[in-house]
Amino acid sequence: MLRLEQLELGQGSFRLVADLEVPRGASVALMGPSGGGKSTLLAGIAGFLAPRSGRVTWDGVDLGPLPPLARPISVLFQDNNLFPHLTALQNVALGLRPSLRPSPEDRQRAGSALVRVGLAGLEARRPAELSGGQQARAALARVLVQDRPLVLMDEPFGALGPALRAEMLALTREVLDGRGATLLMVTHDPADARRLAGAICLVADGRAHPPQPAEELLADPPPALRAYLGLTQAT
Amino acid sequence: MAVGSGPPRLPGALVALLMAGLCLGTLIPLLLRTGEGGLVGADWAALRFTLVQAALSAGLSVGLGVPVARALARRRFPGRSALVTLLGAPFVLPVIVAVLGLLALFGRSGLVNEALGLIGGPRMSVYGLHGVVLAHVFLNLPLATRLILQGWLDIPAERFRLAATLGAPIWPLLEWPMLRRILPGAFAAIFALCLTSFSVALILGGGPRATTVELAIYQAIRFEADFAGAAQLALLQYAICGVAAGFALWLSPPALGGGGLGRSVERWDAAGAGARVMDAAWIGGAALFLLLPLGLAVLRGVGGLSDLPVETMGAALRSVMVAVSASVLTVGAALALALRAGTLAQLAGALPLAASSLVLGTGLLLVLRSVVGLSAVALPVTALVDAVASLPFALRALAPAVAEIEARHGRLADSLGLVGARRLRVVILPLARPALGFAGGLAAALSMGNLGVIALFAGPGQETLPLLMAQLMGAYRMEAAAATGLLILALALLLFWIFDRGGRIDASS
Repeated sequence: MLRLEQLELGQGSFRLVADLEVPRGASVALMGPSGGGKSTLLAGIAGFLAPRSGRVTWDGVDLGPLPPLARPISVLFQDNNLFPHLTALQNVALGLRPSLRPSPEDRQRAGSALVRVGLAGLEARRPAELSGGQQARAALARVLVQDRPLVLMDEPFGALGPALRAEMLALTREVLDGRGATLLMVTHDPADARRLAGAICLVADGRAHPPQPAEELLADPPPALRAYLGLTQAT
Repeated sequence: MAVGSGPPRLPGALVALLMAGLCLGTLIPLLLRTGEGGLVGADWAALRFTLVQAALSAGLSVGLGVPVARALARRRFPGRSALVTLLGAPFVLPVIVAVLGLLALFGRSGLVNEALGLIGGPRMSVYGLHGVVLAHVFLNLPLATRLILQGWLDIPAERFRLAATLGAPIWPLLEWPMLRRILPGAFAAIFALCLTSFSVALILGGGPRATTVELAIYQAIRFEADFAGAAQLALLQYAICGVAAGFALWLSPPALGGGGLGRSVERWDAAGAGARVMDAAWIGGAALFLLLPLGLAVLRGVGGLSDLPVETMGAALRSVMVAVSASVLTVGAALALALRAGTLAQLAGALPLAASSLVLGTGLLLVLRSVVGLSAVALPVTALVDAVASLPFALRALAPAVAEIEARHGRLADSLGLVGARRLRVVILPLARPALGFAGGLAAALSMGNLGVIALFAGPGQETLPLLMAQLMGAYRMEAAAATGLLILALALLLFWIFDRGGRIDASS
């Protein structure tokens, strides 16, 4: 279970507080206005940003002193998820060991992860030779081989078209559900949230609210979510 | 930044320490020697001459750069981009080769004097204050033009369109405010560069009326063995360079990006025939002023190839060795500082701007003189000082590239455990290779053409090519000197090309 205990994150004058729990195996969509602190929250959990106060714990263990690699977490960013000078296979194998010369066993595991996400035969391509959707798949393959219990995604499919995005979300759900991994994903689209997540965590006005069931929340949105979704009070 | 993340930062701290030791530590032996005498009249004359020539050179370069830049900013013509590229070349052009080209044009038996002789006019001399200023304008007019051109092209095209629809005057509205912002920084940067051009003063200056502080240091050491006097002068030079570099950084001229000078802005105020003719004259005049001496230097060099002395081969080998070593040192140090980033690294990278090569060399000479024979360390010391001198420029090329790699891939690398030396090997070195190659090429070319410390240290048979060339010129063997100059130019360009190409070849991004 992921717990954010009286967590306060800040960058300059920006301040975000969170005090919430995410049960193991849950899928949570982070929603809220731009600049509301969604990416800041992920950065705080992943260890890219030291908290001003409070704690992040996983199964009771304080993650505070741990560097990003030592946390039980894998991350997909908005972009730049692949190193441009490495092949798809090398990029995926980096999830197993931080080395450019993967062992035969590592190569085999990275290769089967690429097959799993539908990139069979493209192992030797560099990111520039892959389409946007294929790049997203390769990044997802790395998350697969990393095999961490907590996956953070910061709108990783934002640059893809609607159909491709739905496909990638389905694939994400499929590969993560099989392992019981917990997923936190930033998204702008309520449809994505419905499709993927059991719960929505609203991040607005400097606060990350505890996750609530998606259907429930979208059926009767609180004022902040209502404003964000562009729903007027009348509807 | 959280624990256990980021690129290696310790080497940058070590390099910063080393730079402080070299650039500030050399002050100590200089200070220790100064008790032994005071500055004499000749020293004050050298100071005055140094400041006057630098002010005149910077003023003329910037003053002439304005109309040339304006013409380039508002005209399109075939060869424009080639000309703009050419404006970047004098930076790696060996100074001594440029001086030789100017001598071929304006010297005693140069083209201008030949022409004057034909029509029975008076002969003119290129030696003295006006010669030094002429050479400095030749070397710095391109830099001034590029800086000012950048300012012009940074004015958004929409502003010119808006001014045109309003019928508003462009000069007071757009151009003068831009120039007021750009010119002080450009002047300060060129002024600082002109304080330390030893080889120009060595060849075109001299005598009581045209000796710079650096030239006086050289003469005190080489001809009078007056080390106390040299130490005093070196401190003086340190002080003026420090102040000038401080001003230059404070007014810092706009960074010269790789691109952006390619476009020209459509203008409605300069369509008249008069403006066209004026612009054409400025561009043509500047191109001629830059190309003619270079062309003559190359031409004479080709003609003198058969006169190359036997020492050339050895000198060329030494020069290449020094240049490659200096380049490796510079790139290593610049990379360490770029990885560290932050104020400490920036300060360490700017220190060499205050400590000129010759001053650094003088300090090292005073320390090493009592420990070891000077000629034994001449080449390593030259490579080291050349490396230090190139560091600010290499850092300027490298730091933005490393910063961008970190901004793009830093978090991903952290989350995959690519930290420390692994981060360097797997992420930064492969991605920064083009910038590393460029910085290395720059350092190698600058070192190849640098005449400075080697003149202080070299014993017989230790000449590098620039020193050999200066000696040949001193002996009036101009054909052989020209051929040596051509060799320096060719090797500098070749080294630059090899490094730069090595960085780009097969680079993926």
